[in-house]
Amino acid sequence: MLSEIVDNIVYIFLIIGVFFNLIAGIGLLRFPDVYTRLYAGIKCTTFGSIFICGSVILLGLKMWYQGSSDGTVLVIHTAGALIAILITNPTGAHAIARAAHRSGVKPVGAVVDDLEGKPARKSAPIKKGADK
Amino acid sequence: MTEFEPIFFVVLGLLILSITLCIIRVLIGPTAPDRVVGLGTINTLVIVSMIAFGMATSSFIYFNVAIVYALLSYISTLFIAKYLEGGEF
Amino acid sequence: MLAFVVTTILSFIIYLLLTTGSGTDIVIFNENFLRWSFGEIIIGIILSVIVGIIARKIFVNKNYRMANPIRWFGFIAYIIGPFFIGMAKANIDVAYRVITGKINPGIVKISPDLKTDLGITMLANSITLTPGTLSVDIDEDKNDLYIYWINVKKEALKKKPVDCKYICGDFPKWIRRIAE
Repeated sequence: MLSEIVDNIVYIFLIIGVFFNLIAGIGLLRFPDVYTRLYAGIKCTTFGSIFICGSVILLGLKMWYQGSSDGTVLVIHTAGALIAILITNPTGAHAIARAAHRSGVKPVGAVVDDLEGKPARKSAPIKKGADK
Repeated sequence: MTEFEPIFFVVLGLLILSITLCIIRVLIGPTAPDRVVGLGTINTLVIVSMIAFGMATSSFIYFNVAIVYALLSYISTLFIAKYLEGGEF
Repeated sequence: MLAFVVTTILSFIIYLLLTTGSGTDIVIFNENFLRWSFGEIIIGIILSVIVGIIARKIFVNKNYRMANPIRWFGFIAYIIGPFFIGMAKANIDVAYRVITGKINPGIVKISPDLKTDLGITMLANSITLTPGTLSVDIDEDKNDLYIYWINVKKEALKKKPVDCKYICGDFPKWIRRIAE
């Protein structure tokens, strides 16, 4: 009985996770500029990863409950990978966004840009974003 | 455990489809930051695919590899961003 | 000295968690739960002493404010409660914008009035993962954040810098309680 409920929750989690990961790929192709692509790529993959890792953690807890000795290893290592994703993903997003703005990529169709004209560091030469 | 192996292979296939969409963006992306965004998304998807593959084949070494891959891909993203910014290291 | 001890103990605990299942010499609770071999424990002690010597000045930064368990529980409550709800909303919003393609973007400046580095890092990460916004740059003198906002509201632009409640709700209050 409990086992069937856990199985159904695992299926639902996997469907949600795969749906948001696919949305990330489609959004990366559809959006017009760097910032919106970053917006789709970072948020959707983080959220989808939480659900896929959550389903694996649930399966590990179920294995531990049934007396298999691999369950603890599964839960701890998946939780470690999930924490690494949660910390590193938004921080990498800040780095890419800042590099894009300083290398001269402007947001398409911007209503307001408060960062416009703020100088980068004195030593940093401003380059064009488009590669030849 | 055994009844979940087919569903994890399906998950793996859909994740690879998503990775393919990102690779198209990396190939056609007009500016360099676009390509970096595609690479960052591919990194996260590869971590999740490693976890799904480890579940599908019951080989738990992939979970360790996933943790190390997450940290190293983060460092590579930071260095590429620093290079695009044009600053000194 | 205290910094060295704290760093060593934390890194040893993390090492033990990551190497569980290596042998059956030391067993906690029963064989299926947590078990280690003697070799792993000895190597773990040596490595965590090395990590403690190298990283003690980076890891513990002048004070022990974050060693308070009440702040840890506040952090967990923050992650499970407002942060996760905001993240779910954000993803439904992204799915909507991927399908329809409507955007109305801009980069705005907010001043959240947080002092510590840890607080401003947590706020920037929260803003990136919650609906409609992405933090781009920081003014390091005054701790002001520059935010890329995907759907700019007209009434928010009357006042500069923009009011925090349009961008991130009451996250600054939570973070002030946790990290300052």
